[in-house]
Amino acid sequence: MSTSLSTRDIVYIALFAALTAALALFPPITIPLVGVPITAQSMGPMLAGAILGAKRGALSMVLLLALVAIGLPILAGGRGGLGVFAGPTVGFLLGWIPAAWVVGLLHELGWRKLTVIGSFTHAMIGGIIVLYAIGVPVLAVHASLPLKTALFGSAAFIPGDLIKAALTGVIAMAVKRAHPIIEVRQSQPA
Amino acid sequence: MSRSILHRLPAGLKLTALAAAGSAVIWVSDWRVMVDLLLLVALAFPVARLGRGALVQQLRPLLPMLVVLFLAQGLMASWTEAALVIARIATLVLMAGLVTLTTRTEDLIATVERLLTPLAPLGVNPGKVSLAFSLALRFLPVIAEEAERVHEAQSARGLGNSPLALALPLIVRVLKSAEDIADAIEARSGHDDPDCPQEKPQRRARFNPLAALKTVKE
Repeated sequence: MSTSLSTRDIVYIALFAALTAALALFPPITIPLVGVPITAQSMGPMLAGAILGAKRGALSMVLLLALVAIGLPILAGGRGGLGVFAGPTVGFLLGWIPAAWVVGLLHELGWRKLTVIGSFTHAMIGGIIVLYAIGVPVLAVHASLPLKTALFGSAAFIPGDLIKAALTGVIAMAVKRAHPIIEVRQSQPA
Repeated sequence: MSRSILHRLPAGLKLTALAAAGSAVIWVSDWRVMVDLLLLVALAFPVARLGRGALVQQLRPLLPMLVVLFLAQGLMASWTEAALVIARIATLVLMAGLVTLTTRTEDLIATVERLLTPLAPLGVNPGKVSLAFSLALRFLPVIAEEAERVHEAQSARGLGNSPLALALPLIVRVLKSAEDIADAIEARSGHDDPDCPQEKPQRRARFNPLAALKTVKE
């Protein structure tokens, strides 16, 4: 992929920022036992990476968070504004950028032989492991919790995230067939 | 529609005020104060010469979520907490709506572009950034509307709330329209290189990607 962004790249970036915002409109599902609301929105970084690739995927998340910062209420629960970035879960939000980047990179590397399971695994590594590796320590520091407690508290969201990673795998494969966007990385210098 | 005082305020000022107010309402913990703030923002709509329709349109997409949140908060926490949360969301939505409705996209983009100019030596291209901003702002309502339409169609076919049945057609449709939107932008700006220095962002901003998305949809 070239280092410069074409008009088309910018359209894709804007579309996925808007699409991730639209995912907030899906009503959240609350898992009865753990009581945490599962929103469709955190599927946004997984989908952006899986469909657009590392660079464009990460940039679409940068754009989304910039739109949130200027006050648009586009996060799940109608949240928006700079106040969002002051909360203890800010790591799970800023983590969308590296999460989308890693999901995208793994998809680019494994693009030729991509399967639903492979895409699901990529989405899981980037969208769950990378995301939590950033979100959990930030939560622990911000809310002055022991790391273990922060991890335990966050773990309630993992079942929902696994479902989202699985959906991402199915969607990414279907989109690859219907309308592929990621170009295979050539072994040429950038 | 005539331009009110809110329309005439500089976009940079409105954006700054929105960011400040949006951050400030997080700290309001009394539901009565929050409801007062909500009424105040609602009163700003007639001041901005925006009809009741504009106000309702801002809130309608959120209505089901607000009802669910209100009941959930009321039953699990307390009804005052529920009122606080609902009033806060409605206030944030109306404030953001007020800024977007009284500010031309070109002005919003120009402001963002101006704010980013100092970053140019770091490889940030303000023209491209503002194009991305303006496109996302235009796409937001269209995609939300489109999601709603796909949802209705799937419900009618008995597919109910399956996220897959909803997300997949939406994404494929949106990706297909991206090509045409990019082509249309390039056709309007006369060349395909957004780096070109003499190009004025206003020319691109006047293009309405909504129209392109709508055409592709049919």
